[in-house]
Amino acid sequence: MGSDTSALQLVLTGDPALLAIVRLSLIVSLSAVAFAALIAVPFVAFVALNRFPGREAVIVLMNALMGLPPVVAGLAVYLLVSRSGPLGPLGLLFTPTAMIIAQAILVTPIIAALTRQTIEDLWDEYRDELTAMNVGPFSRVTTLIWDGRFSLVATLLAGFGRAAAEVGAIMIVGGNINGYTRTMTTAIALETSKGDLSLAIGLGMVLIAIVITVNALAWLARWAGEKMA
Amino acid sequence: MRVAASDLPICFESVSVCSRGVTILDRITLQIEAGSPTVLIGPNGSGKTTLLRTAMGLVSPTQGRITWGGVEESPPARRAIVFQRPVMLRRSVSANLSYALSVARIPRRAERIKELLSMVGLANLGKRSARQLSGGEQQRLALARAIARDPTVLLLDEPTASLDPASTKAIEEIISAIAASGIKVVISTHDLGEARRIGGEIVLLHRGRVVETANAGEFLNSPKTDEAKAFLAGELLV
Repeated sequence: MGSDTSALQLVLTGDPALLAIVRLSLIVSLSAVAFAALIAVPFVAFVALNRFPGREAVIVLMNALMGLPPVVAGLAVYLLVSRSGPLGPLGLLFTPTAMIIAQAILVTPIIAALTRQTIEDLWDEYRDELTAMNVGPFSRVTTLIWDGRFSLVATLLAGFGRAAAEVGAIMIVGGNINGYTRTMTTAIALETSKGDLSLAIGLGMVLIAIVITVNALAWLARWAGEKMA
Repeated sequence: MRVAASDLPICFESVSVCSRGVTILDRITLQIEAGSPTVLIGPNGSGKTTLLRTAMGLVSPTQGRITWGGVEESPPARRAIVFQRPVMLRRSVSANLSYALSVARIPRRAERIKELLSMVGLANLGKRSARQLSGGEQQRLALARAIARDPTVLLLDEPTASLDPASTKAIEEIISAIAASGIKVVISTHDLGEARRIGGEIVLLHRGRVVETANAGEFLNSPKTDEAKAFLAGELLV
């Protein structure tokens, strides 16, 4: 039996080891996106709606951080959570929590940059109406987030795509421990190096299926947004 | 900051507005009182829109002073504006009204929303996406959204520009009903026919200045200034 046939069998029979890896990958990536959104959306809403000294520098930095190399993010988190690091006493190294932190750092700039564009465009359009309606600063933000919801969903899905496909950072801070911090991408890297292509291909198939689903959902979100626009 | 009980009268005291070295309003002194509609007329670029935006508080005078009900820096709690191209929120027609009621801290009763939709002839379109309405329907929804705020003053910036005659007639009927309900209407237009139909007080603007102010009958039948005579004769004011 070829490795590709075995891989398909693993996927179709719902192999427990494969499912555990997929489950952990989803938990880590979804948590990272959720945390990134909680940090990025209010922050960029403030940046988009206000003028302050250094605003342009903040925007340039946010955009530049979209290209942050995953291994550098992983190294930074490693230094932060290692025994001698400032968060060492919390014992986060080689845990899913450290992996979530690393992925959140990678995903936050992407969500921030795309969200800022959405909110700024909407604000350009809504400024006069909302000002004339005497809408307060907090309500302005909630209004723009709500009315830009379809674009923002697409943004979050783009962030999830980046997180799910990431390997360098989580390998460094997670350690790729079997049954504990092993995700789809780290497992694929390991199993390929070991020559166990069945599991690697099986995980690759699941990963591709997830990426296609995420893209389809992002397209649907954009389509729904255009219908409402 | 004290909020005026009514935003009337709106007093412009030698108000100028300049932008990038261009004078848009030039020492305007004007008092907008309660009562019949005030119609701002004048050619494009005469300053009608800027005057309305200044009256709304969206534009600050470069010099001079503006007061609402005798108060400076009054938040726009009791005045509303409908822009020439109103922006519809990305929600349903009803949700646009619900939003306006909510930000004005007026209870969002379903009956009030129905009443407003009926007033502007959109009773059957409550669930439709506001941005899918036609231009005339969007203007009517914008009027309902403005009225939802229970204003004492309603500022309308060329509300019938680029609308077909049927939509224009519908909008003008709504404006007349609003004015009859006791809300002060201030409307800008470059359409003399519309100025005649709406009546009230006419203010002719040209090059950012108030050229002539008179009641509609007097202005249309016996204009005093050369600019007013030329405008009424259909000549181009440049």
